[in-house]
Amino acid sequence: MEIRSNEFKGRAVFAIHDASLQQALGKAREGFVGKRAQQAAELPEFEQLREEAKALKNHILDHLDHYLERYEQAVTAAGGQVHWARDAEEARTIILGICKRVGAKTVTKGKSMVSEEIGLNEALIDEGMEVVETDLGEYIIQLAHEPPSHIIAPAVHKTKDQVSDLFEAAHGGPRKTTVPELVDEARRMLRDKYFRADVGITGGNFLVAETGSSMIVTNEGNGDLTQTLAKVHIVTSGIERVVPTLDDATLFLRLLARSATGQETETYTTLSTGPRRADDLDGPEEYHVVLVDNGRSRMLAGRFREMLRCIRCGACMNHCPVYGAVGGHAYGWVYPGPMGSVLTPLITGLDNAYDLPNACTLNGRCASVCPVKIPLPDLLRELRHMQHQQEITPAMQRRALKLWRFAATQPRLYHAGERIAARLLAAIGRKGRIRRLPLASAWTDVRDLPAPAGRTFLELWQGKRGKS
Amino acid sequence: MLTMSRYPNESMGTDMPETAKNGPRVGLFATCLMNVFRPNIGFAAVKLLEDAGCTVEVPDSQTCCGQPGYNSGDFDAARALARQVIATFEHFDYVVGPSGSCMATIRHDYPALFEGDPDWAPRAEALSRKSFELLSFLHDELGVTQAQARLDAVATYHDSCSGLRGLGIKGQPRALLAGVEGLKLKEMQDAEVCCGFGGTFCVKYPEISEKMVDDKIRNVLATGADTLLGGDLGCLMNIAGRLKRINAPVKVFHTAEVLAGLAGGGGIASEPGETR
Ligand code: SF4
Repeated sequence: MEIRSNEFKGRAVFAIHDASLQQALGKAREGFVGKRAQQAAELPEFEQLREEAKALKNHILDHLDHYLERYEQAVTAAGGQVHWARDAEEARTIILGICKRVGAKTVTKGKSMVSEEIGLNEALIDEGMEVVETDLGEYIIQLAHEPPSHIIAPAVHKTKDQVSDLFEAAHGGPRKTTVPELVDEARRMLRDKYFRADVGITGGNFLVAETGSSMIVTNEGNGDLTQTLAKVHIVTSGIERVVPTLDDATLFLRLLARSATGQETETYTTLSTGPRRADDLDGPEEYHVVLVDNGRSRMLAGRFREMLRCIRCGACMNHCPVYGAVGGHAYGWVYPGPMGSVLTPLITGLDNAYDLPNACTLNGRCASVCPVKIPLPDLLRELRHMQHQQEITPAMQRRALKLWRFAATQPRLYHAGERIAARLLAAIGRKGRIRRLPLASAWTDVRDLPAPAGRTFLELWQGKRGKS
Repeated sequence: MLTMSRYPNESMGTDMPETAKNGPRVGLFATCLMNVFRPNIGFAAVKLLEDAGCTVEVPDSQTCCGQPGYNSGDFDAARALARQVIATFEHFDYVVGPSGSCMATIRHDYPALFEGDPDWAPRAEALSRKSFELLSFLHDELGVTQAQARLDAVATYHDSCSGLRGLGIKGQPRALLAGVEGLKLKEMQDAEVCCGFGGTFCVKYPEISEKMVDDKIRNVLATGADTLLGGDLGCLMNIAGRLKRINAPVKVFHTAEVLAGLAGGGGIASEPGETR
């Protein structure tokens, strides 16, 4: 997928003025935040579970090679095949290879962020295949030719009216206007595709090392149909999604639904283990897992290891006031919000996403809800540090920082500067405030600047109490 | 006047036997914004600390905590400032500042900045342990339960992010404000959501910041409160500045000003004599 993260500023401003987007975002925010809070409050051990999940993930990451090998053995023993993809291109090549070998014409897809990350749809379509997204949200944005704007609710930026329009244009009338009608219509359109599908591609929320199973959770059951009705099932997943045992997976499941949609559990939790066996009633003839690295082992070795704990629940973006203001498309790639602001520069390159780590107030609400306690603000600051070291930050900012450091490390000079500022600003001020200040227009374009009274605290204090 | 449930604090006895009889020696961290824009908050802090029995000093070799450098990714500059703060304040019993943001930097970020540094890590750790935001210091460390102040107002309280999530400041200001005569506190929706200040964020991304502060203000106005209180001047300047810009009749004060009985006039971004 094309990376447009460097257009963040312009896209953000555009988004803020998009009334229907703002309407959609407002609704989603209220729903997600309220429901998650309720779930967290109703489960006394919720905080405890977060600690356990963090510790377990850390353990897995410490022994990632081991668990991945065990997982591969178990998949092979069940009759499936594991493929290792170093980057997006390798992943696409592997999947295209399988699809071409079986002569695939129609490919159905369950929701998979990794497939977005590797730009799979475009690659399949370029080879003349029909690609059908079966998750309702993904289906909607596929009709709209848009990327997802949220990792668990890809079409969260669309209002119901917009969906009605899209469906009418794609399916013909009569125009459906209620949610049940729209869902029914999508179901009807998709039903036939499931049966025609040669290949079904899904993500994998968890990969269970002890059994070789891939696990997906959905609310629509579309993933089940995608993976059982096609002749070939391909799972795409990041290498960090392996968990040792089924028991371990349940720990994450308890956190995932509560953190993501504020449900106790998602409606469907489905395990697939290998292809159809002789006495199975249904299931695919072939079962493949494509394990994608794409920068993850680099993260594992460095300062951003903690990011690999992510279970893709979306809570960080649901609680992010910046995401809430601008929506997911402003971020310009696959992963939006706080987790995306860490992942995008790490996967696509620091200079491809300058704004993402910076467009954050470091308010910390994301980290306070992250089910695996990823210190997202610290990681964002660390990225700023790397930008600073590699001189990707604007020259103006670097000069300002130098000047600030020079002054602030010399108290007399700094205090003199503060005294001058206090006097100047006091002189410009009217009625205690400054309406327009050319050098600080980014502040005064939005708000008044409180005017100082004229003397700094330190000089007033010294006047009162003498030197200390 | 302050009422205290327990004093002196148990830990004080062992840490500073010589000063215990005069109360602890506190170095006031005079934040940059307070120093230039709102000295009144500094005097309010001194009054509250002295009423609680502390001896307050304001060392003039202090400047900035270094957070602007740290959050801009210039960790070297942040360390240079941190060393200066440590050297200036480490001989005090406590460092106290009227800002959750600056004090969270000293408490949490200094030890992180000097991790693995044999000389500075222990000094950063030691300073971290005795650094406190003003209201949590009064309430949690000194056991102050009530301030004798009066303000006839209906106020709502904005939880600034660094104080809330970095230092656990939530109940302390509310508990202390509950004792202010004439003051009624009305909680707003999303009190814990960022106001859009974020240091340099508000000038780097003014449109996003504007959207965020407008969301905040909508919640403030929905309470019907005539006063907004908070513990971080950056956030308060942002909200007050926007309130003035849209001519909304809400006064803005730092919580310390109210508790010290120094919340006169029109508040932040108003003339001292202004009544609205
Ligand atoms: S970073 Fe945490 S909150 Fe965000 S998607 Fe990942 S697990 Fe969820």
